[in-house]
Amino acid sequence: MTAGEDAVETKSRGRSWRDIDLRAVAPFAALALLLIVGALVNPNFIGINNLANVATRSAFIAIIAVGATFVISSGDLDLSVGSMVAFVASIMIIFMNSGAIADPGLMLAAAVVLTMVIGGACGLANGLITTVGRIEPFIATLGTMGIYRGLTTWLSQGGAITLREPELQALYRPAYFGYILGVPVPIVVILAVTAVAAFILYRTRYGRHVVAVGSNSDVARYSGIPVNRVRTIAFVIQGLCVAIAVLLYVPRLGSTSATTGILWELQAITAVVVGGTALKGGAGRVWGTICGAFILELVGNIMLLSNFISEYLIGAIQGAIIIIAMLVQRSLVRKS
Amino acid sequence: MRKKLLGLTVAAMALVAGVVHAQEEKKVTIGVSIPAADHGWTSGVVFHAERVAKLLMERNPGLNVIVKTSPDPASQANAVQDLETQGIDALVILPTDPDPLVNAIKEVKGKGTFVALVDRAPSTNDNSVRDLYVAGNNFALGQTAGEYIKTTTPEAEVVVIRGLPIPIDQERQDGFDKGVEGSGVKILDRQYGNWNRDDAFKVMQDYLTKYQKIDVVWCQDDDMAVGVLQAIEQAGRTDIQYVIAGAGSKEMIKKVMDGDKMIPVDVLYPPAMVGTALEMTVANFYGQVPVRGVYTIDATLVTKENAKDFYFPDSPF
Repeated sequence: MTAGEDAVETKSRGRSWRDIDLRAVAPFAALALLLIVGALVNPNFIGINNLANVATRSAFIAIIAVGATFVISSGDLDLSVGSMVAFVASIMIIFMNSGAIADPGLMLAAAVVLTMVIGGACGLANGLITTVGRIEPFIATLGTMGIYRGLTTWLSQGGAITLREPELQALYRPAYFGYILGVPVPIVVILAVTAVAAFILYRTRYGRHVVAVGSNSDVARYSGIPVNRVRTIAFVIQGLCVAIAVLLYVPRLGSTSATTGILWELQAITAVVVGGTALKGGAGRVWGTICGAFILELVGNIMLLSNFISEYLIGAIQGAIIIIAMLVQRSLVRKS
Repeated sequence: MRKKLLGLTVAAMALVAGVVHAQEEKKVTIGVSIPAADHGWTSGVVFHAERVAKLLMERNPGLNVIVKTSPDPASQANAVQDLETQGIDALVILPTDPDPLVNAIKEVKGKGTFVALVDRAPSTNDNSVRDLYVAGNNFALGQTAGEYIKTTTPEAEVVVIRGLPIPIDQERQDGFDKGVEGSGVKILDRQYGNWNRDDAFKVMQDYLTKYQKIDVVWCQDDDMAVGVLQAIEQAGRTDIQYVIAGAGSKEMIKKVMDGDKMIPVDVLYPPAMVGTALEMTVANFYGQVPVRGVYTIDATLVTKENAKDFYFPDSPF
């Protein structure tokens, strides 16, 4: 980043301090607008069942996108998350199929730990390749995207990897389909993950470092921030978030295939940006991110529930809605 | 001297035996070029190509089958060239994308090599491109499913999950419409599920929200059926009588075999068709039977009675 750009950015950031509340609110305004549109399209839309379905299935992208908020805020990008989901989920299922531990409860606990470790390790690999290897994150994670995808295809021999133990399946199923106090488990997990992430990003020294590095890594370095460590840890957080998403993904269908998680990286990045985080780094909005993930899932849901949109046009209209949602946000921010 | 003579005799005998042996074992090399296993169906193709190649080589000692997989048309064109330089008598090819590969195939065919084309045909599919064409039948895959619904539940309200917006999918839809023609079957909706489990799960969840009563789901693909079944189970809906998928994955064939009420039948679009082409090619050389022409494989209805014929528990698909 050049000094000129930096000056411009500092100026715009200075001005945006006053608007900070409105910026954070903007994605939620877009969400409210979508909810109204949806209710007009189909009365079933606003039913609690439908909204719970949509929120529940947005869990994967939402949780991955929370991790992506850290990576993007620190000025990096991770394209490997979709492949990483497929890879980590495959390892988890293979481990549970191996029957290494007889007791299903212990087995599940061990599988959960293993999944978190593998997810963290995949993130660490991305981080180290980017920072120690000094490779552009776009290229580094494009490379690992191919690696994780290829390993998944190899593990599954191109087919599917399916959880075989019926007892384990029965034990694990509530992790996606169950309820805690009447709320579907995945929604509780989204809220918990986001709350922890918000605490880290807004209330800890590490969180402030992430934003500082993303704003201007040179300035951050001169101020004594260990830039590479901050960036690497952001990638590890991304890996852990992917692992949590996997923990919810595996109990749903109980299987993975070479096409699991394809293009999820783009959805996650879109969720982050729709949620109000700048793609160039330097500002992170975790709550906005999960709102963005919810918006993406809602758009598809509204399309399907409508009776008047041709199935051939869905892609075009989805694209248009995302742009309109962004425009609504921008106009709100500008007005203030 | 005597020793030398003996040695010479032995050598001569060995030589004669060798010649006789070689006459028995007609030497034929067949190159098989198929897409890399990147999803369920192609992984089945790879599995069956290797399985049948092994079977045929055991049966015909002089036969050598080389199986090569390629992820995209460009690398498949290279693979075909490599096979050609190795000196093949026949090429069995399932193109990743047929049109870009026509020239590479014609090049091989121009040298007098026997060419068997499988499943995917280029726009000009005549004997200038191939000797034998073994084709799956996408139209019939839809039609068979449609006819089954027409006979079992003639007044059913059906939701359809499509694949991707490509010609194969359209052929299946047209076949389905023909199959249900003239019955009281009502098609409530058609949406794309991209031949992907997760997307099919979402589409099915939304169908369940949108329609209070659904009798039958036609999702034309075994992978998508996995997501569909899960969505129905989660919603706890009992109005859906059954789901019809297609292709012939071991998971769904097993369900048919076990008499699962939700999956009473499956419609075949078998990846094993690469084996059909390989068998016929070998028959051309060893059995000297006429095989040139077009062989279209039926979209067989797999029922509880015949399911075991199509069950491959060792296949990844």
